[in-house]
Amino acid sequence: MPHITLPDSVPGIRSLVIYRPETGKYLYELVQILLRGESSLHAADRELIAAYVSYLNNCDFCYQSHAAAARCLYEEQQHLVDEVLKDLGSAPVSPKLKALLAIAGKVQKLGKEVKPEDIEKARTAGAGDRDIHDTVLIAATFCMFNRYVDGLATTTPEQLSDYIAMGERMSNIGYVLPNQTT
Amino acid sequence: MPYIPVASHLPGITGLLEYRMDTAAPIRALTQFLLRGPNSLSEGERELIATIVSNGNECQFCTTAHAAAADVLLGNPAITNSVKNDHHQAPVSDKMKALLEIARLVRISGRAVTDTAIQAAKQAGATDLEIHDAVLIAALFCLYNRYVDGLATAMPDDPSYFNQLAERLVEHGYNRLPQGYDHLKK
Repeated sequence: MPHITLPDSVPGIRSLVIYRPETGKYLYELVQILLRGESSLHAADRELIAAYVSYLNNCDFCYQSHAAAARCLYEEQQHLVDEVLKDLGSAPVSPKLKALLAIAGKVQKLGKEVKPEDIEKARTAGAGDRDIHDTVLIAATFCMFNRYVDGLATTTPEQLSDYIAMGERMSNIGYVLPNQTT
Repeated sequence: MPYIPVASHLPGITGLLEYRMDTAAPIRALTQFLLRGPNSLSEGERELIATIVSNGNECQFCTTAHAAAADVLLGNPAITNSVKNDHHQAPVSDKMKALLEIARLVRISGRAVTDTAIQAAKQAGATDLEIHDAVLIAALFCLYNRYVDGLATAMPDDPSYFNQLAERLVEHGYNRLPQGYDHLKK
């Protein structure tokens, strides 16, 4: 049960942004720009960073929904999502994405954990300033969302099919504030 | 040295917010609303939440900046010092102690927030909205601290930078200055 009284018709972050639309609108605006806006990184890779950090933070709602969105966006390459979550080291993603995911994993622990050699590894694999910036900010942003969603004990759908629908919506229309009546 | 090229006259978060302004806009607006918007928690109390989280995350820039802002707003530096050391002993209300405890737990993990901590805050008079805002402020600073340290932004050369920054945060809040930041160039 959530720690505060939230609308019970919707789960996770959606219940929070309906509860407090004044902050919700900025949160959705941020995630829409970060994950769908102009970037040197593909939207699928950005969703994977979000899913990976949420997985490391044990935030089921964020992890399941962003993994579902990443699977939709990767299309026939969707197996990459589960391979990364299972073991980043052996996952068949590009050296650049692997190095960026490793940076995201460091950010998940603490900002100070990101070392010059982590950045060097990403640069050697072809990552530019914007790739590095966006990776760090996406990872940091999900350290916020995960804490917000779990810190208030929002409800989490148990059916895997609920997340598939969520992932499809996220990949098709992006991040749009839920309507209070739905 | 920062991991990406940011303006050398803008240490800490400011350089990052100028580096990518389309993401900075909602981050700034969210912070302005949470820390300066209408709220039953005072601006000083909300800065204390930012301080305890930044201190726990070992983010020197954010800790110094928000402690300095809290000092100006609360008029008593002893408060931020004791909040950093042991918020249970700090000269703040029981409600604030309970909200600071929730913030401390949010910093560790969303899942670390216990029913007991929430009940303690409610018993001390915290409303749902105050608990919500305390959790979101704490979570937001988990973003800031990681952004600032994850890209190895610089600390200012001159510690008096933080006095000016605190003044700016109290006078202007978190919106981007209309004139930008060129006046900070030496």
